Amino acid sequence: MSDQAETMRPTRTPAFEARLKKRYASERRFKVLGLGAILFSVAVLVFLLINMTVSGLGGFQRTELAVPVDFTQAGLTVPANPVDEREVVQALQRQGLPEVISFSAEQALGEEGAAHVNNEAWRLVGQQIATDPSMLSQRVELWLPTSENLASAYAGDGNAELQPLAQQLADQGLLEDRFDFGFLQRADATDPQLVGIWGALKGSILTMIVTLALAFPIGVLAALYLEEYAPKNRWTDLIEVSINNLAAVPSIIFGLLGLAVFLAIFPGYRSAPLIGGMTLALMTMPVIVIAGRNAIKAVPPSIRDGALAIGASPIQVVFHHVLPLALPGILTGTIIGMARALGETAPLLLIGMRAFVATPPEDFTSNATVLPMQIFLWSDEIDRGFVERTSAAIIVLLVFLLLMNGLAIYLRNRFEKRW
Amino acid sequence: MSASTLLLLVLGLGLAGWLVARSRATMFRRAASDNRIASLPNYHGWYAALWIAAPALLFAIVWAAVSDSLVLQSVLADPAAADLPPFGLQRETILSQAQAVASGAAQTVTNPAANALVEPFRRASSFYGIIGVVVTLLLAGTGAAIAFLRLKPDFRARNRVEKAVLGGLLVASLVAILTTVGIIASLVFETIRFFGMVNPIDFLTGTNWAPNPMTDDSNPDPARYGAVPLFWGTFFIGVVIAMLVAIPLGMMSAIYLNQYAAPRVRTWLKPALEVLAGVPTVVYGYFAALTIAPAIRDIAIALGVQNPSSESALAAGLVMGVMIIPFVSSMADDSIAAVPQAMKDGSLALGATQNETIKRVLVPAALPGIVAGIMLAISRAIGETMIVVMAASATARLSANPLEAMTTVTYQIVANLTGEASTDSAATLAAFALGFVLFLVTLALNVIALRVVKRFREAYE
Amino acid sequence: MSDSETQTVDAGVALSNPSGKSLEHETIDVGEPKMRARDVDVFYSDKKAIDSVSIDIHTEFVTAFIGPSGCGKSTFLRALNRMNDTIPSARVTGCIELDGEDIYASGMDVVQLRARVGMVFQKPNPFPKSIYENIAYGPRIHGLVESKTDIDEIVEKSLRRAGLWEEVKDRLEDSGTALSGGQQQRLCIARAIAVEPEVILMDEPCSALDPIATAKIEELIDELRGRYGIVIVTHSMQQAARVSQRTAFFHLGSMVEYGLTSDIFTNPRKKRTQDYITGRYG
Repeated sequence: MSDQAETMRPTRTPAFEARLKKRYASERRFKVLGLGAILFSVAVLVFLLINMTVSGLGGFQRTELAVPVDFTQAGLTVPANPVDEREVVQALQRQGLPEVISFSAEQALGEEGAAHVNNEAWRLVGQQIATDPSMLSQRVELWLPTSENLASAYAGDGNAELQPLAQQLADQGLLEDRFDFGFLQRADATDPQLVGIWGALKGSILTMIVTLALAFPIGVLAALYLEEYAPKNRWTDLIEVSINNLAAVPSIIFGLLGLAVFLAIFPGYRSAPLIGGMTLALMTMPVIVIAGRNAIKAVPPSIRDGALAIGASPIQVVFHHVLPLALPGILTGTIIGMARALGETAPLLLIGMRAFVATPPEDFTSNATVLPMQIFLWSDEIDRGFVERTSAAIIVLLVFLLLMNGLAIYLRNRFEKRW
Repeated sequence: MSASTLLLLVLGLGLAGWLVARSRATMFRRAASDNRIASLPNYHGWYAALWIAAPALLFAIVWAAVSDSLVLQSVLADPAAADLPPFGLQRETILSQAQAVASGAAQTVTNPAANALVEPFRRASSFYGIIGVVVTLLLAGTGAAIAFLRLKPDFRARNRVEKAVLGGLLVASLVAILTTVGIIASLVFETIRFFGMVNPIDFLTGTNWAPNPMTDDSNPDPARYGAVPLFWGTFFIGVVIAMLVAIPLGMMSAIYLNQYAAPRVRTWLKPALEVLAGVPTVVYGYFAALTIAPAIRDIAIALGVQNPSSESALAAGLVMGVMIIPFVSSMADDSIAAVPQAMKDGSLALGATQNETIKRVLVPAALPGIVAGIMLAISRAIGETMIVVMAASATARLSANPLEAMTTVTYQIVANLTGEASTDSAATLAAFALGFVLFLVTLALNVIALRVVKRFREAYE
Repeated sequence: MSDSETQTVDAGVALSNPSGKSLEHETIDVGEPKMRARDVDVFYSDKKAIDSVSIDIHTEFVTAFIGPSGCGKSTFLRALNRMNDTIPSARVTGCIELDGEDIYASGMDVVQLRARVGMVFQKPNPFPKSIYENIAYGPRIHGLVESKTDIDEIVEKSLRRAGLWEEVKDRLEDSGTALSGGQQQRLCIARAIAVEPEVILMDEPCSALDPIATAKIEELIDELRGRYGIVIVTHSMQQAARVSQRTAFFHLGSMVEYGLTSDIFTNPRKKRTQDYITGRYG
């Protein structure tokens, strides 16, 4: 080929090189766009987490007032050999503990003092006395939760008349936000100063136990059947389509099912973890089946052949060889499905798990609410004190979800085998 | 005897049967001339345990489900129940209080009318409780007798047990079909009842949505049940606004992760997206209602918009879009990764730059998978409930202005089912009809998308 | 040219035939090589896949790389247009020049390089687009065409050169993937030709094809010779003998022998080459 022909090559002209510059510029733009897109998502995540953490940290605290109480003058006594804390608190109530607290508050803060201390503060004092009866022979300074009004005044809104008082008390070091352990031990209440997350958390745990107990065995068995034994026919196809579709059906539809079927069969168990768990189990089961089938599919056929060749029956092959090898994958899928169920609200809304539940549920059939539902209920409250409590509840929920997802990722990395 | 004690008792009996049958099989084996029996002792144990526990358990579960209504029926048949008010809340309260006292859950009743019913309740529940226990034990005993009569040294227990296991597996996988049937049946049943009150054509084409639970249930005003504004709101929030956010961002994220990111960067960014996908929808809803919606309102006011809604469609749609990003991204990632390397090599070998290869070869080749992913994303967006319940509005409005308040199908399902309306009111039944429409639409999207994905995967395998 | 003589020594390649038999190609061997590789090593992570290969590629004839599978011939081929860049762990050292320019130098643009050194792969990989769009793809991305008539012209010319025009001219809008395997491979060759490359690298282009399709491709390669420098990797010695004028024998990552195809097959100078040619291994 002559030199003249060489220069004719369209890919070696100056015009080509000029175009090349533009193409590289567009390449860089495209790459930046991609990075920007993913950084946007990360930024939203970070913003959301920081937002929740900042406002949620306040939710783990509550405004408390320092009140000196002189028990030596009160003449209160603890009953001998009390059965439990409740009995002590009731006895103290009868002996006038609430009045003692109100009186002390009035002594410290003037006539309005009793109104600034929370109505239920005496109960906390009673509980403290139950664990430490020697308090009754002392003069002690107690940090008591304030009334809702004083708390919001301290936070800078609410009743304008109370704000100077709150400011003054805070300057004297008598009023401050203190870490509230009780938030992790109490249940729902109408007063944001008194709410707790334990009731909802326990409801979630009970619900999840029901969900796991139903969805895991059914899911694993169905996955085994479909992957190992199912004949190729129309029924199997129907089952497959059903499962794949159920995994993508909006969760609220499961709520309608729970409402129309489960609540019709068990009308007495409205807002019980049993019904909630059953509804969520139907939602979680397809996720477990799909994860399970993938894990079972990943077990190489050579292992089945090896076991069959030494005379194991098909059932033995599956239960002795295939299932143990597939188990890490199945567990990973199960945890992910359970995490999704833990954060689910919509179906439970329909089956009535939105009740106001002031005591933690006792068992699977008592009235209960769950963590995400508690968040939803608190987010509807107008009182400002609930805003921070809601964020705190979200933090608790997110911590659980992160733990579960972390466990799933750990399992996946630890046991993932490449055959 | 409570249901859980009964359950434990049956399981205990099963365990006992397992132990006895197993040790008996060991004896058989010792007695046999060549120390061999047809099946291992373990299988003898399982055979006995299955016969004892399976029928009894099945009965106990069914009994737990039906005994409550049996008790109620016998109480209502009692002469003391004749004075009950015929319908409504008061009747329910009296019955539930009487039941609570009878079962020991409560000490006293607040409604004196309930007192008379406590004793019938107590009698009926102990009567049916005893029946339950007796039948359960009888079933367990019969099972045990059958099992032990059959268990002989030459009995092939293993084959029988395996057959039962296989049956169990089949039943487990039928639960999926049962669930689907349950969903369809419950939705269809209530929807038909609703269409008995409101003409389906009015429902599907009417443009006024204002159900009133206080009106006469037997004759609701069909003009108040026009669902078009709901469909529009759902479409506008879930498909238009959310997808405008989710598709570009999700696609670009997937492309960056799949084609540009260094492996080390990828190992950090991918889990971050997964975390975003794992955030519960109630948290997104809270975020939308408390942070995004007021911000949008403030911006709109700053831009001079008159009376922007604090429950704007834009807030719910934007947050929903962010929620869907990881979903679109992971579907697109999978689809692009499924395009054979040869395709990419072919383009690069022609001198295409990376983004030319992506835009002109990889994305078109992955398009079926991507489209299917977007269909699944839409199906998820229109079924999303918590974000719209918390951030969207109850106002049904046909408008293309994203700053206006709009309502969605899911919002109205929740609103009409958690209100005070009785279970038979038109508003309640309308929620089921809406649910049915939602189910059909998402079903169609899912089935088509899953089929496309399946074909797409097969094409490149 | 003295330069070219030194190269010959460098490469350890004797192009003059010791037996004195005169070959028709011998007279044009003196021309400047299109590509020139010196002491090229390729590493995958720490594993050395290619060990110090030096070779010249001329436009005037077809060069074949032969050798047992896993010997590194494809790896070396991919080093010639930097397709190894797509494998993150791959690393190339030594010097590869195209018209005297180092293709691994920072001044060399990889996009332009690949436009100049095209490649055809082992498995036909038409894009999932129409036949027309498959051919038009390269000229379009490089901006070589402006009007629809330009593209039509290039598509027809490329398909004609690839010997595919008559077979597909009535169904240019059909998907490229709908063609038979042999047609797909010729489509891929046409696609490469459409950007007027200087060298075409072919990585076992016939290994997935039946004998008739293979014969067509071989015929095509012969027709393209002279217009484009062609390097073909093949595991079939017969194919190398049929289509090439120069042959390099690779074994265990190094180039054992390079010379006139006729010499390699009839009179190899290395024992390993002879063993391979006579079928002792591979």
